[in-house]
Amino acid sequence: MPQMTTSATTALTATDVLTARLPALREFGYWMRRYRRIWRGTVVISVANPLLFLAALGAGLGKLVDANHSGHLAGTPYLDFLAPGLLAASAMQNGFVEGAFPVFQSSRSRGNYPAAAATSMRPGDILAGHLLFVAFRVLLSGLLFLAVVVAFGVVRPARALLAAGPVLLTGMAFAAPLMAWAVRVDRQSRLNGLYRFVVMPLYMLSGTFFPVGQLPHWLRAVAACTPLYQGVALTRSAALGGGDAGAAAVHACYLLALTAAGVWAASRSYTRRLNS
Amino acid sequence: MADVLIEARGLRKVHAPRGAAAPTEAVAGIDFRVTAGEAFGFLGPNGAGKSTTMRMVAAVSPPSSGRLEILGMDPATHGPQIRARLGSVPQDDTLDTELTVRENLLVYGRYFGLPRAVIRERAARLLEFARLADKADEQVEALSGGMRRRLTIARSLVNDPEILLLDEPTTGLDPQARHLLWERLFRLKQQGVTLLLTTHYMDEAEQLCDRIVVMDHGRIVAEGSPRGLIEAHCTREVLELRFPPDRQQQAAEKIADTAKGVDARVEVLPDRLLVYADDGEDALTAVHRTGVEPLTALVRRAGLEDVFLTLTGRTLVD
Repeated sequence: MPQMTTSATTALTATDVLTARLPALREFGYWMRRYRRIWRGTVVISVANPLLFLAALGAGLGKLVDANHSGHLAGTPYLDFLAPGLLAASAMQNGFVEGAFPVFQSSRSRGNYPAAAATSMRPGDILAGHLLFVAFRVLLSGLLFLAVVVAFGVVRPARALLAAGPVLLTGMAFAAPLMAWAVRVDRQSRLNGLYRFVVMPLYMLSGTFFPVGQLPHWLRAVAACTPLYQGVALTRSAALGGGDAGAAAVHACYLLALTAAGVWAASRSYTRRLNS
Repeated sequence: MADVLIEARGLRKVHAPRGAAAPTEAVAGIDFRVTAGEAFGFLGPNGAGKSTTMRMVAAVSPPSSGRLEILGMDPATHGPQIRARLGSVPQDDTLDTELTVRENLLVYGRYFGLPRAVIRERAARLLEFARLADKADEQVEALSGGMRRRLTIARSLVNDPEILLLDEPTTGLDPQARHLLWERLFRLKQQGVTLLLTTHYMDEAEQLCDRIVVMDHGRIVAEGSPRGLIEAHCTREVLELRFPPDRQQQAAEKIADTAKGVDARVEVLPDRLLVYADDGEDALTAVHRTGVEPLTALVRRAGLEDVFLTLTGRTLVD
């Protein structure tokens, strides 16, 4: 008797089926629901930021740099050099902003995580869903940035798409270890401290604004070990082409390893925090 | 005999703080069982181990040792399956204040993997139940404390739970909001939902619970129905006497002597004396005969507060 089936069971949507099978999508859905309220603002920022930076530093300051025929850039126009560097640095920043503060807030006793953990969700589902959302945000901001870069005529659209992978990887290499830490941090001031004393120096010294070859010798080695340096180098070679394939593979492996280690640590600290 | 839904034996929880601090035993080996359809309460002061016990039963905090079975399953191996059949009202509301009332229900229902159509239908029903139907599309930010509490309870029912866990359900609410909440909880109980709640308000325990365990320092110190506990550990009536602060000590000594004669017991609190006697009026007459003049004298029936005081020598709320 088909009449016996309730309207609810016959009206299952694709989303219903997917979220029933993959619990991580429920957490992703929660973050998307929140994001729906603020997406316009974030899009404006994601476009306006690179627009201002590339116009002022790339086109403005870049004219002076190029007029001096700096040998350090090996003939690359400064705007072309700067754009992928800034892109990678902004991926780091987005990874930090999305991976640190919302995770910290959510893990408080009145936050989203304890609410979700009281349901049939596992801590690992909560982590996976939130990671997915962070990846979405990093990628979306990165693509908008790339659109601006294309508009400045630095790269062709096809090349820009190729750079999306390194951007995502750079963002996640920061976000995943941060999430592992932010879920168990006791004070927000620690997150701010990390931003001021780690993220900002990385911004300045990882080959974003100038080649690390110009740093003092000892600092050069330190810079080369930082994740942002690796991200900038990978993004730059993807966007501008002509890099060494072997070096690109090393950069990619470095970032992948950092992401994987972060996810592993996060799955442990999420379980500790939400089921202890 | 009714089905046993929750069974704990030698249940213990030790919190090991980060750093060098010594581990603390929040729950020190307790036994209890809860059967289908009953309203079971944990009564005790702050820090007695009630919330820790509740978190273990909610399958979000693994026991350090002992046995715990919920709906016939072990929370260590079947956490998600157990939680799918529980409703949980934590001590702190975990609502998303930036989302609307309805959205909070939708998000929460999704966490159980329910289809959207089912959640929508249940949300409408639950908002009626929680008397929040007219607030459905308002942001939670704008809700009063009592409304938030009702929303948290409505949300905990979205998966049609067999057991509802309530940790301090009315703490911090004004009397009117508390009574409305009690009335809603009583209704759930009548519908056959098993209630498990913690409280440090004896009136709440007396109103809602069929059976109570009294907890202190991580242990169960007494168990029974509210009336049964009072009968077992207290006299029928209590005489409350107030004195000027400087004269209380002297009066207490005099009354204690008299009390021995009439088979009554005296408890000295910072602001008053309690005389436990089966007949309060008789006790008051005896007090007057000693020549002691209290500022005020009140005879009342003994309650769970008195049980707790008798068992532990301390008051519940201080």
